[in-house]
Amino acid sequence: MIEIQGITKAFGTKEVLRGVDLTVPKGESMVIIGGSGTGKSVTLKCILGLIPPDDGVVLVDGQDVTHMKQGSEERDAFLARFGMLFQGAALFDSLPVWQNVSFRLLRGSLKKSKDEAREIAKEKLRRVGLTPDVADLYPAELSGGMQKRVGLARAIAADPEIIFFDEPTTGLDPIMAGVINDLIREIVVEMGATAMTITHDMSSVRAIADDVAMIHNGKVRWSGPVGDLDGSHDPYLHQFVTGSAEGPIEALR
Amino acid sequence: MSFFAAIGRSFLILLSAIGRVTLFAVETVSHIARPPYYPRELATALLQIGYFSLPVVGLTTIFTGGALALQIYAGGARFSAEAVVPQIVAIGIVRELGPVLVGLMIAARVTSSIAAEIATMKVTEQIDALVTLSTNPMKYLTLPRVLAATLVVPVLVGIGDVIGIMGGYMVGVNRLGFNAATYLTNTIDFLEALDIISSLVKGAVFGFIAALMGCYFGMRSGRGAQGVGAATKGAVVAASVLILAANFLLTELFFAA
Ligand SMILES: Nc1ncnc2c1ncn2[C@@H]1O[C@H](COP(=O)(O)OP(=O)(O)OP(=O)(O)O)[C@@H](O)[C@H]1O
Ligand SMILES: [Mg+2]
Repeated sequence: MIEIQGITKAFGTKEVLRGVDLTVPKGESMVIIGGSGTGKSVTLKCILGLIPPDDGVVLVDGQDVTHMKQGSEERDAFLARFGMLFQGAALFDSLPVWQNVSFRLLRGSLKKSKDEAREIAKEKLRRVGLTPDVADLYPAELSGGMQKRVGLARAIAADPEIIFFDEPTTGLDPIMAGVINDLIREIVVEMGATAMTITHDMSSVRAIADDVAMIHNGKVRWSGPVGDLDGSHDPYLHQFVTGSAEGPIEALR
Repeated sequence: MSFFAAIGRSFLILLSAIGRVTLFAVETVSHIARPPYYPRELATALLQIGYFSLPVVGLTTIFTGGALALQIYAGGARFSAEAVVPQIVAIGIVRELGPVLVGLMIAARVTSSIAAEIATMKVTEQIDALVTLSTNPMKYLTLPRVLAATLVVPVLVGIGDVIGIMGGYMVGVNRLGFNAATYLTNTIDFLEALDIISSLVKGAVFGFIAALMGCYFGMRSGRGAQGVGAATKGAVVAASVLILAANFLLTELFFAA
Protein backbone atom coordinates (compact mmCIF):
# COMPACT_ATOMS: atom_id res chain seq x y z
CA MET A 1 0.00 0.00 0.00
CA ILE A 2 1.23 3.47 -0.89
CA GLU A 3 0.14 6.42 1.22
CA ILE A 4 1.08 9.95 0.23
CA GLN A 5 0.47 12.57 2.90
CA GLY A 6 0.70 16.30 2.28
CA ILE A 7 3.48 16.26 -0.30
CA THR A 8 4.56 19.74 -1.37
CA LYS A 9 7.16 20.67 -3.94
CA ALA A 10 8.21 24.01 -5.39
CA PHE A 11 10.82 24.67 -8.06
CA GLY A 12 12.15 28.11 -7.23
CA THR A 13 9.10 30.26 -6.68
CA LYS A 14 6.84 27.97 -8.66
CA GLU A 15 4.73 25.81 -6.36
CA VAL A 16 3.95 22.64 -8.27
CA LEU A 17 2.55 20.42 -5.52
CA ARG A 18 0.69 22.09 -2.65
CA GLY A 19 -0.21 19.17 -0.44
CA VAL A 20 -1.02 16.01 -2.35
CA ASP A 21 -2.78 13.25 -0.39
CA LEU A 22 -3.38 9.90 -2.03
CA THR A 23 -3.75 6.28 -0.99
CA VAL A 24 -3.24 3.34 -3.30
CA PRO A 25 -4.24 -0.01 -1.74
CA LYS A 26 -2.09 -3.06 -2.43
CA GLY A 27 -2.86 -4.82 -5.68
CA GLU A 28 -4.94 -1.96 -7.07
CA SER A 29 -4.53 0.11 -10.15
CA MET A 30 -4.64 3.86 -9.60
CA VAL A 31 -4.76 6.20 -12.57
CA ILE A 32 -3.73 9.82 -12.20
CA ILE A 33 -5.19 12.34 -14.57
CA GLY A 34 -4.83 16.09 -14.77
CA GLY A 35 -3.81 18.92 -17.05
CA SER A 36 -0.41 19.14 -18.64
CA GLY A 37 2.16 20.55 -16.22
CA THR A 38 0.11 20.01 -13.07
CA GLY A 39 2.80 17.89 -11.44
CA LYS A 40 1.74 14.30 -12.16
CA SER A 41 5.23 13.18 -13.17
CA VAL A 42 6.71 15.12 -10.24
CA THR A 43 4.36 13.25 -7.88
CA LEU A 44 5.64 9.86 -9.06
CA LYS A 45 9.24 11.05 -8.78
CA CYS A 46 8.61 12.27 -5.24
CA ILE A 47 7.35 8.82 -4.25
CA LEU A 48 10.48 7.22 -5.69
CA GLY A 49 12.69 9.85 -4.05
CA LEU A 50 14.11 10.98 -7.40
CA ILE A 51 12.91 14.46 -6.49
CA PRO A 52 12.99 15.17 -2.76
CA PRO A 53 9.64 16.65 -1.66
CA ASP A 54 9.81 19.90 0.33
CA ASP A 55 7.36 18.59 2.88
CA GLY A 56 5.08 15.64 3.58
CA VAL A 57 5.70 11.92 3.81
CA VAL A 58 5.34 8.87 1.61
CA LEU A 59 4.60 5.57 3.33
CA VAL A 60 5.02 2.29 1.50
CA ASP A 61 3.53 -0.57 3.53
CA GLY A 62 3.65 1.75 6.52
CA GLN A 63 7.37 2.47 6.15
CA ASP A 64 8.46 6.09 5.71
CA VAL A 65 10.44 6.16 2.47
CA THR A 66 10.89 9.93 2.19
CA HIS A 67 13.78 10.13 4.63
CA MET A 68 15.88 7.19 3.49
CA LYS A 69 19.51 7.95 2.82
CA GLN A 70 20.61 7.75 -0.83
CA GLY A 71 22.45 4.50 -1.43
CA SER A 72 21.49 2.99 1.94
CA GLU A 73 20.51 -0.66 2.08
CA GLU A 74 16.90 0.02 3.00
CA ARG A 75 16.59 2.37 0.03
CA ASP A 76 18.07 -0.26 -2.27
CA ALA A 77 15.59 -2.77 -0.93
CA PHE A 78 12.77 -0.28 -1.46
CA LEU A 79 13.78 0.44 -5.06
CA ALA A 80 14.19 -3.26 -5.83
CA ARG A 81 10.40 -3.61 -5.46
CA PHE A 82 9.69 -0.94 -8.06
CA GLY A 83 9.50 -0.70 -11.80
CA MET A 84 9.08 2.62 -13.56
CA LEU A 85 8.29 3.63 -17.11
CA PHE A 86 9.46 7.20 -17.67
CA GLN A 87 7.47 9.64 -19.76
CA GLY A 88 10.39 9.95 -22.20
CA ALA A 89 11.20 6.21 -21.99
CA ALA A 90 14.72 7.07 -20.67
CA LEU A 91 16.41 4.12 -22.38
CA PHE A 92 20.18 3.82 -22.02
CA ASP A 93 21.36 4.67 -25.50
CA SER A 94 24.75 3.03 -25.00
CA LEU A 95 23.14 -0.41 -24.59
CA PRO A 96 21.22 -2.55 -27.10
CA VAL A 97 17.51 -3.02 -26.51
CA TRP A 98 17.71 -6.42 -24.83
CA GLN A 99 20.30 -5.21 -22.32
CA ASN A 100 18.07 -2.25 -21.56
CA VAL A 101 15.16 -4.56 -20.85
CA SER A 102 17.12 -6.97 -18.67
CA PHE A 103 19.34 -4.29 -17.11
CA ARG A 104 18.39 -5.40 -13.63
CA LEU A 105 18.91 -9.07 -14.45
CA LEU A 106 22.46 -8.51 -15.69
CA ARG A 107 23.86 -7.09 -12.45
CA GLY A 108 23.22 -6.72 -8.75
CA SER A 109 21.19 -8.97 -6.48
CA LEU A 110 18.87 -10.26 -9.22
CA LYS A 111 21.73 -11.29 -11.52
CA LYS A 112 21.01 -14.13 -13.92
CA SER A 113 23.09 -15.76 -16.63
CA LYS A 114 23.43 -13.82 -19.86
CA ASP A 115 21.42 -16.34 -21.90
CA GLU A 116 18.64 -16.41 -19.35
CA ALA A 117 18.51 -12.61 -19.16
CA ARG A 118 18.32 -12.45 -22.95
CA GLU A 119 15.46 -14.93 -23.07
CA ILE A 120 13.53 -12.97 -20.44
CA ALA A 121 14.15 -9.78 -22.40
CA LYS A 122 12.74 -11.34 -25.57
CA GLU A 123 9.72 -12.63 -23.69
CA LYS A 124 9.00 -9.19 -22.20
CA LEU A 125 9.47 -7.59 -25.61
CA ARG A 126 6.93 -10.00 -27.03
CA ARG A 127 4.46 -8.99 -24.33
CA VAL A 128 4.68 -5.34 -25.36
CA GLY A 129 4.17 -6.29 -29.01
CA LEU A 130 7.76 -6.14 -30.24
CA THR A 131 9.41 -8.87 -32.32
CA PRO A 132 12.66 -10.54 -31.15
CA ASP A 133 14.70 -8.94 -33.95
CA VAL A 134 14.34 -5.62 -32.12
CA ALA A 135 16.47 -7.05 -29.31
CA ASP A 136 19.83 -6.28 -30.88
CA LEU A 137 19.01 -2.79 -32.14
CA TYR A 138 20.04 0.33 -30.24
CA PRO A 139 17.36 2.65 -28.81
CA ALA A 140 18.24 5.41 -31.29
CA GLU A 141 17.22 3.05 -34.11
CA LEU A 142 13.66 2.73 -32.79
CA SER A 143 10.59 4.90 -33.31
CA GLY A 144 9.20 6.87 -30.37
CA GLY A 145 6.37 4.42 -29.76
CA MET A 146 8.75 1.46 -29.92
CA GLN A 147 11.06 3.14 -27.41
CA LYS A 148 8.11 3.63 -25.12
CA ARG A 149 7.28 -0.06 -25.29
CA VAL A 150 10.90 -1.05 -24.64
CA GLY A 151 10.74 1.22 -21.58
CA LEU A 152 7.61 -0.62 -20.54
CA ALA A 153 9.29 -3.99 -21.02
CA ARG A 154 12.20 -2.79 -18.88
CA ALA A 155 9.83 -1.62 -16.13
CA ILE A 156 8.21 -5.06 -15.85
CA ALA A 157 11.31 -7.17 -16.54
CA ALA A 158 12.08 -8.07 -12.94
CA ASP A 159 8.40 -8.67 -12.06
CA PRO A 160 8.18 -5.76 -9.60
CA GLU A 161 5.48 -5.52 -6.91
CA ILE A 162 4.84 -1.84 -7.56
CA ILE A 163 4.88 -0.33 -11.03
CA PHE A 164 4.63 3.28 -12.17
CA PHE A 165 3.70 4.02 -15.75
CA ASP A 166 4.10 7.59 -16.93
CA GLU A 167 1.92 7.92 -20.03
CA PRO A 168 2.34 4.35 -21.33
CA THR A 169 0.16 4.79 -24.39
CA THR A 170 1.15 8.27 -25.53
CA GLY A 171 2.52 8.08 -29.05
CA LEU A 172 1.08 4.64 -29.80
CA ASP A 173 -1.46 3.76 -32.44
CA PRO A 174 -4.93 2.85 -31.09
CA ILE A 175 -4.46 -0.89 -31.54
CA MET A 176 -1.11 -0.92 -29.78
CA ALA A 177 -2.56 1.32 -27.07
CA GLY A 178 -5.21 -1.34 -26.54
CA VAL A 179 -2.55 -4.04 -26.25
CA ILE A 180 -0.67 -2.01 -23.64
CA ASN A 181 -3.86 -1.28 -21.68
CA ASP A 182 -4.60 -5.00 -21.56
CA LEU A 183 -1.03 -5.73 -20.50
CA ILE A 184 -1.19 -3.29 -17.59
CA ARG A 185 -4.53 -4.71 -16.51
CA GLU A 186 -3.06 -8.23 -16.73
CA ILE A 187 -0.05 -7.31 -14.60
CA VAL A 188 -2.34 -5.97 -11.88
CA VAL A 189 -4.85 -8.79 -11.96
CA GLU A 190 -2.61 -11.80 -12.59
CA MET A 191 0.59 -10.77 -10.85
CA GLY A 192 -1.12 -8.82 -8.09
CA ALA A 193 1.05 -5.77 -8.64
CA THR A 194 0.18 -2.31 -7.38
CA ALA A 195 0.15 0.14 -10.28
CA MET A 196 0.08 3.90 -10.63
CA THR A 197 -0.47 5.12 -14.16
CA ILE A 198 -0.48 8.63 -15.55
CA THR A 199 -2.47 9.06 -18.73
CA HIS A 200 -4.30 11.66 -20.77
CA ASP A 201 -6.28 9.07 -22.67
CA MET A 202 -9.76 8.59 -21.20
CA SER A 203 -10.23 5.20 -22.87
CA SER A 204 -7.01 4.09 -21.19
CA VAL A 205 -8.37 5.32 -17.86
CA ARG A 206 -11.46 3.18 -18.22
CA ALA A 207 -9.43 0.16 -19.32
CA ILE A 208 -6.75 0.31 -16.64
CA ALA A 209 -8.14 1.95 -13.53
CA ASP A 210 -9.65 0.63 -10.33
CA ASP A 211 -9.40 4.11 -8.84
CA VAL A 212 -8.87 7.49 -10.42
CA ALA A 213 -7.33 10.64 -8.96
CA MET A 214 -7.39 14.00 -10.63
CA ILE A 215 -4.64 16.48 -9.81
CA HIS A 216 -5.42 20.13 -10.28
CA ASN A 217 -3.64 23.18 -8.96
CA GLY A 218 -1.17 21.17 -6.90
CA LYS A 219 -3.74 19.10 -5.03
CA VAL A 220 -5.89 16.05 -5.56
CA ARG A 221 -9.09 17.62 -6.81
CA TRP A 222 -11.11 14.41 -6.99
CA SER A 223 -10.51 10.75 -6.33
CA GLY A 224 -12.73 7.72 -6.38
CA PRO A 225 -13.52 4.45 -8.12
CA VAL A 226 -13.49 4.53 -11.90
CA GLY A 227 -17.22 3.76 -11.94
CA ASP A 228 -18.00 7.10 -10.28
CA LEU A 229 -16.17 9.04 -12.95
CA ASP A 230 -19.23 9.85 -15.04
CA GLY A 231 -21.67 10.30 -12.17
CA SER A 232 -19.52 12.91 -10.45
CA HIS A 233 -20.81 16.46 -10.24
CA ASP A 234 -17.35 17.98 -9.80
CA PRO A 235 -17.22 20.56 -12.58
CA TYR A 236 -13.43 20.29 -12.94
CA LEU A 237 -13.55 16.52 -13.33
CA HIS A 238 -16.54 16.75 -15.64
CA GLN A 239 -14.75 19.19 -17.91
CA PHE A 240 -11.67 16.98 -17.99
CA VAL A 241 -13.54 13.75 -18.68
CA THR A 242 -15.59 15.28 -21.47
CA GLY A 243 -12.60 17.14 -22.87
CA SER A 244 -14.49 20.38 -23.11
CA ALA A 245 -12.90 23.78 -23.61
CA GLU A 246 -15.72 25.38 -21.58
CA GLY A 247 -15.57 25.05 -17.81
CA PRO A 248 -13.72 26.08 -14.65
CA ILE A 249 -10.30 24.93 -15.95
CA GLU A 250 -8.92 27.80 -18.00
CA ALA A 251 -7.75 26.86 -21.45
CA LEU A 252 -5.63 29.81 -22.46
CA ARG A 253 -5.66 30.58 -26.14
CA MET B 1 29.86 49.36 -1.18
CA SER B 2 28.10 47.34 -3.86
CA PHE B 3 31.51 46.77 -5.42
CA PHE B 4 32.77 45.03 -2.29
CA ALA B 5 29.46 43.24 -1.92
CA ALA B 6 29.90 41.86 -5.44
CA ILE B 7 33.42 40.67 -4.67
CA GLY B 8 32.23 39.12 -1.43
CA ARG B 9 29.37 37.36 -3.17
CA SER B 10 31.59 35.92 -5.90
CA PHE B 11 34.01 34.75 -3.23
CA LEU B 12 31.22 32.97 -1.36
CA ILE B 13 29.97 31.37 -4.58
CA LEU B 14 33.51 30.19 -5.31
CA LEU B 15 33.88 28.76 -1.79
CA SER B 16 30.63 26.84 -2.00
CA ALA B 17 31.59 25.50 -5.44
CA ILE B 18 34.91 24.29 -4.04
CA GLY B 19 33.02 22.66 -1.20
CA ARG B 20 30.63 20.85 -3.53
CA VAL B 21 33.42 19.65 -5.82
CA THR B 22 35.37 18.38 -2.81
CA LEU B 23 32.34 16.50 -1.49
CA PHE B 24 31.77 15.03 -4.94
CA ALA B 25 35.41 13.92 -5.13
CA VAL B 26 35.30 12.38 -1.66
CA GLU B 27 32.09 10.52 -2.46
CA THR B 28 33.54 9.23 -5.74
CA VAL B 29 36.68 7.95 -4.05
CA SER B 30 34.70 6.38 -1.20
CA HIS B 31 32.97 4.07 -3.68
CA ILE B 32 36.31 2.36 -4.37
CA ALA B 33 35.88 0.55 -1.08
CA ARG B 34 32.18 -0.26 -1.49
CA PRO B 35 30.85 -2.88 -3.92
CA PRO B 36 29.09 -3.53 -6.24
CA TYR B 37 31.68 -2.79 -8.92
CA TYR B 38 31.14 -2.50 -12.65
CA PRO B 39 34.26 -3.93 -14.34
CA ARG B 40 32.75 -3.68 -17.83
CA GLU B 41 32.24 0.04 -17.40
CA LEU B 42 35.83 0.38 -16.21
CA ALA B 43 37.13 -1.55 -19.21
CA THR B 44 35.13 0.62 -21.62
CA ALA B 45 36.40 3.76 -19.92
CA LEU B 46 40.02 2.57 -20.07
CA LEU B 47 39.64 1.94 -23.78
CA GLN B 48 37.87 5.25 -24.46
CA ILE B 49 40.16 7.43 -22.35
CA GLY B 50 43.44 5.58 -22.89
CA TYR B 51 43.66 3.81 -26.18
CA PHE B 52 41.62 6.23 -28.27
CA SER B 53 43.60 9.21 -26.94
CA LEU B 54 46.89 7.88 -28.28
CA PRO B 55 46.80 9.64 -31.68
CA VAL B 56 46.11 13.07 -30.24
CA VAL B 57 48.76 12.59 -27.54
CA GLY B 58 51.34 11.50 -30.10
CA LEU B 59 50.63 14.36 -32.48
CA THR B 60 50.66 17.09 -29.84
CA THR B 61 53.87 15.99 -28.18
CA ILE B 62 55.87 15.24 -31.33
CA PHE B 63 55.30 18.70 -32.77
CA THR B 64 55.96 20.37 -29.44
CA GLY B 65 59.22 18.45 -28.96
CA GLY B 66 60.35 19.51 -32.43
CA ALA B 67 59.46 23.17 -31.90
CA LEU B 68 61.14 23.13 -28.51
CA ALA B 69 64.40 21.86 -30.05
CA LEU B 70 64.34 24.64 -32.63
CA GLN B 71 63.70 27.32 -30.01
CA ILE B 72 66.39 26.13 -27.62
CA TYR B 73 68.89 25.91 -30.45
CA ALA B 74 68.10 29.45 -31.61
CA GLY B 75 68.02 30.84 -28.07
CA GLY B 76 71.12 28.94 -26.98
CA ALA B 77 73.05 30.22 -30.01
CA ARG B 78 72.92 33.74 -28.55
CA PHE B 79 75.40 32.66 -25.87
CA SER B 80 77.05 29.72 -27.65
CA ALA B 81 75.05 27.12 -25.72
CA GLU B 82 73.53 25.27 -28.71
CA ALA B 83 74.81 21.98 -27.31
CA VAL B 84 72.25 21.89 -24.46
CA VAL B 85 69.34 21.11 -26.82
CA PRO B 86 68.96 17.42 -25.82
CA GLN B 87 69.04 18.14 -22.09
CA ILE B 88 66.63 21.06 -22.13
CA VAL B 89 64.22 19.32 -24.46
CA ALA B 90 64.20 16.33 -22.12
CA ILE B 91 63.61 18.42 -19.01
CA GLY B 92 61.07 20.67 -20.68
CA ILE B 93 59.04 17.79 -22.04
CA VAL B 94 59.21 15.41 -19.12
CA ARG B 95 58.77 17.89 -16.32
CA GLU B 96 56.28 20.32 -17.83
CA LEU B 97 55.12 20.15 -21.41
CA GLY B 98 54.42 16.42 -21.59
CA PRO B 99 52.05 16.25 -18.61
CA VAL B 100 50.47 19.67 -19.23
CA LEU B 101 49.81 19.14 -22.92
CA VAL B 102 48.48 15.64 -22.40
CA GLY B 103 46.37 16.92 -19.50
CA LEU B 104 44.88 19.70 -21.62
CA MET B 105 44.26 17.36 -24.53
CA ILE B 106 42.48 14.98 -22.16
CA ALA B 107 40.42 17.91 -20.89
CA ALA B 108 39.46 18.72 -24.47
CA ARG B 109 38.80 15.18 -25.57
CA VAL B 110 37.70 13.25 -22.50
CA THR B 111 36.23 15.83 -20.12
CA SER B 112 34.00 17.20 -22.85
CA SER B 113 32.70 13.82 -23.92
CA ILE B 114 32.10 12.64 -20.35
CA ALA B 115 30.28 15.85 -19.47
CA ALA B 116 28.14 15.80 -22.61
CA GLU B 117 27.28 12.12 -22.21
CA ILE B 118 26.35 12.30 -18.53
CA ALA B 119 24.50 15.60 -18.97
CA THR B 120 22.45 14.09 -21.80
CA MET B 121 21.70 11.10 -19.61
CA LYS B 122 20.58 13.46 -16.87
CA VAL B 123 18.40 15.54 -19.18
CA THR B 124 16.73 12.49 -20.72
CA GLU B 125 16.05 10.96 -17.27
CA GLN B 126 18.50 8.10 -17.83
CA ILE B 127 20.16 8.91 -14.52
CA ASP B 128 16.78 8.68 -12.78
CA ALA B 129 16.17 5.41 -14.60
CA LEU B 130 19.47 4.04 -13.30
CA VAL B 131 18.41 4.84 -9.75
CA THR B 132 15.06 3.11 -10.17
CA LEU B 133 16.91 0.08 -11.50
CA SER B 134 18.83 -0.09 -8.19
CA THR B 135 22.06 1.16 -9.72
CA ASN B 136 23.97 3.98 -8.09
CA PRO B 137 25.06 6.45 -10.83
CA MET B 138 28.15 7.36 -8.82
CA LYS B 139 29.27 3.73 -8.91
CA TYR B 140 28.11 2.97 -12.43
CA LEU B 141 29.08 6.18 -14.23
CA THR B 142 31.43 8.31 -12.14
CA LEU B 143 33.81 5.88 -10.46
CA PRO B 144 34.76 3.85 -13.59
CA ARG B 145 35.55 7.02 -15.54
CA VAL B 146 37.51 8.71 -12.77
CA LEU B 147 39.40 5.54 -11.90
CA ALA B 148 40.20 4.79 -15.54
CA ALA B 149 41.49 8.31 -16.17
CA THR B 150 43.63 8.29 -13.03
CA LEU B 151 45.20 4.99 -14.05
CA VAL B 152 45.63 5.54 -17.75
CA VAL B 153 46.58 9.21 -18.13
CA PRO B 154 50.01 8.62 -16.47
CA VAL B 155 50.62 5.98 -19.13
CA LEU B 156 49.62 8.46 -21.82
CA VAL B 157 51.97 11.03 -20.28
CA GLY B 158 54.81 8.49 -20.29
CA ILE B 159 54.18 7.75 -23.95
CA GLY B 160 53.83 11.47 -24.68
CA ASP B 161 57.18 12.15 -22.98
CA VAL B 162 58.93 9.58 -25.15
CA ILE B 163 57.32 10.86 -28.35
CA GLY B 164 58.07 14.47 -27.41
CA ILE B 165 61.72 13.65 -26.91
CA MET B 166 61.62 11.80 -30.22
CA GLY B 167 60.30 14.96 -31.86
CA GLY B 168 63.22 16.93 -30.47
CA TYR B 169 65.61 14.18 -31.52
CA MET B 170 64.34 14.14 -35.09
CA VAL B 171 64.71 17.89 -35.43
CA GLY B 172 68.05 17.85 -33.61
CA VAL B 173 69.57 15.14 -35.77
CA ASN B 174 68.04 16.00 -39.13
CA ARG B 175 67.94 19.78 -39.02
CA LEU B 176 70.44 20.95 -36.40
CA GLY B 177 73.28 18.56 -37.12
CA PHE B 178 73.45 16.70 -33.80
CA ASN B 179 75.06 13.27 -33.70
CA ALA B 180 72.30 10.71 -33.17
CA ALA B 181 74.07 8.62 -30.52
CA THR B 182 75.28 11.65 -28.56
CA TYR B 183 71.81 13.17 -28.58
CA LEU B 184 70.32 10.05 -27.01
CA THR B 185 73.05 9.51 -24.40
CA ASN B 186 72.85 13.17 -23.40
CA THR B 187 69.10 12.86 -22.94
CA ILE B 188 69.24 9.65 -20.96
CA ASP B 189 72.16 10.67 -18.77
CA PHE B 190 70.56 13.97 -17.93
CA LEU B 191 67.11 12.78 -16.85
CA GLU B 192 66.69 11.79 -13.22
CA ALA B 193 64.21 9.47 -11.60
CA LEU B 194 62.45 12.42 -9.94
CA ASP B 195 61.79 13.98 -13.35
CA ILE B 196 60.00 10.89 -14.52
CA ILE B 197 58.15 10.31 -11.26
CA SER B 198 56.90 13.90 -11.22
CA SER B 199 55.73 13.53 -14.80
CA LEU B 200 53.69 10.42 -14.04
CA VAL B 201 52.25 11.80 -10.79
CA LYS B 202 51.15 14.89 -12.66
CA GLY B 203 49.50 12.62 -15.22
CA ALA B 204 47.54 10.80 -12.52
CA VAL B 205 46.38 14.03 -10.89
CA PHE B 206 45.41 15.60 -14.23
CA GLY B 207 43.52 12.47 -15.26
CA PHE B 208 41.62 12.51 -11.98
CA ILE B 209 40.74 16.19 -12.40
CA ALA B 210 39.70 15.79 -16.04
CA ALA B 211 37.31 12.89 -15.44
CA LEU B 212 35.99 14.27 -12.16
CA MET B 213 35.07 17.62 -13.73
CA GLY B 214 33.33 15.87 -16.61
CA CYS B 215 31.23 13.81 -14.22
CA TYR B 216 30.56 16.67 -11.79
CA PHE B 217 29.31 19.11 -14.41
CA GLY B 218 27.41 16.37 -16.23
CA MET B 219 25.58 15.27 -13.10
CA ARG B 220 24.64 18.87 -12.27
CA SER B 221 23.49 19.72 -15.78
CA GLY B 222 20.50 22.00 -16.22
CA ARG B 223 17.55 21.02 -18.37
CA GLY B 224 17.46 20.77 -22.15
CA ALA B 225 20.08 21.08 -24.85
CA GLN B 226 21.18 24.37 -23.35
CA GLY B 227 21.90 22.64 -20.07
CA VAL B 228 24.07 20.05 -21.82
CA GLY B 229 25.99 22.77 -23.65
CA ALA B 230 26.59 24.77 -20.48
CA ALA B 231 27.67 21.66 -18.56
CA THR B 232 30.16 20.68 -21.25
CA LYS B 233 31.65 24.15 -21.49
CA GLY B 234 31.88 24.48 -17.71
CA ALA B 235 33.53 21.09 -17.38
CA VAL B 236 36.24 21.78 -19.97
CA VAL B 237 37.02 25.26 -18.61
CA ALA B 238 37.14 24.06 -15.01
CA ALA B 239 39.26 21.01 -15.89
CA SER B 240 41.76 23.11 -17.90
CA VAL B 241 42.16 25.77 -15.22
CA LEU B 242 42.42 23.23 -12.42
CA ILE B 243 44.99 21.20 -14.37
CA LEU B 244 47.18 24.29 -14.86
CA ALA B 245 46.79 25.29 -11.21
CA ALA B 246 47.56 21.76 -10.02
CA ASN B 247 50.57 21.71 -12.34
CA PHE B 248 51.97 24.78 -10.64
CA LEU B 249 51.42 23.32 -7.18
CA LEU B 250 52.99 19.98 -8.13
CA THR B 251 56.00 21.67 -9.71
CA GLU B 252 56.39 23.68 -6.51
CA LEU B 253 56.13 20.48 -4.50
CA PHE B 254 58.63 18.47 -6.56
CA PHE B 255 61.21 21.00 -7.63
CA ALA B 256 61.15 24.13 -5.47
CA ALA B 257 64.44 24.28 -3.63
N1 LIG C 1 13.43 19.34 -12.40
C1 LIG C 1 12.58 20.38 -12.53
N2 LIG C 1 13.03 21.64 -12.37
C2 LIG C 1 12.18 22.68 -12.50
N3 LIG C 1 10.88 22.58 -12.77
C3 LIG C 1 10.38 21.36 -12.93
C4 LIG C 1 11.20 20.18 -12.83
N4 LIG C 1 10.43 19.10 -13.04
C5 LIG C 1 9.19 19.57 -13.27
N5 LIG C 1 9.15 20.92 -13.22
C6 LIG C 1 7.96 21.75 -13.39
O1 LIG C 1 6.92 21.19 -12.64
C7 LIG C 1 5.70 21.26 -13.34
C8 LIG C 1 5.03 19.91 -13.36
O2 LIG C 1 5.79 19.04 -14.16
P1 LIG C 1 5.34 17.55 -14.47
O3 LIG C 1 6.39 16.99 -15.36
O4 LIG C 1 5.06 16.84 -13.21
O5 LIG C 1 4.00 17.77 -15.26
P2 LIG C 1 2.95 16.67 -15.71
O6 LIG C 1 1.75 16.83 -14.88
O7 LIG C 1 3.61 15.34 -15.74
O8 LIG C 1 2.65 17.17 -17.18
P3 LIG C 1 2.50 16.30 -18.54
O9 LIG C 1 1.15 15.72 -18.54
O10 LIG C 1 2.66 17.33 -19.61
O11 LIG C 1 3.59 15.29 -18.53
C9 LIG C 1 6.00 21.79 -14.71
O12 LIG C 1 5.54 23.11 -14.78
C10 LIG C 1 7.49 21.78 -14.83
O13 LIG C 1 7.96 22.91 -15.48
MG1 LIG D 1 4.41 14.15 -17.09
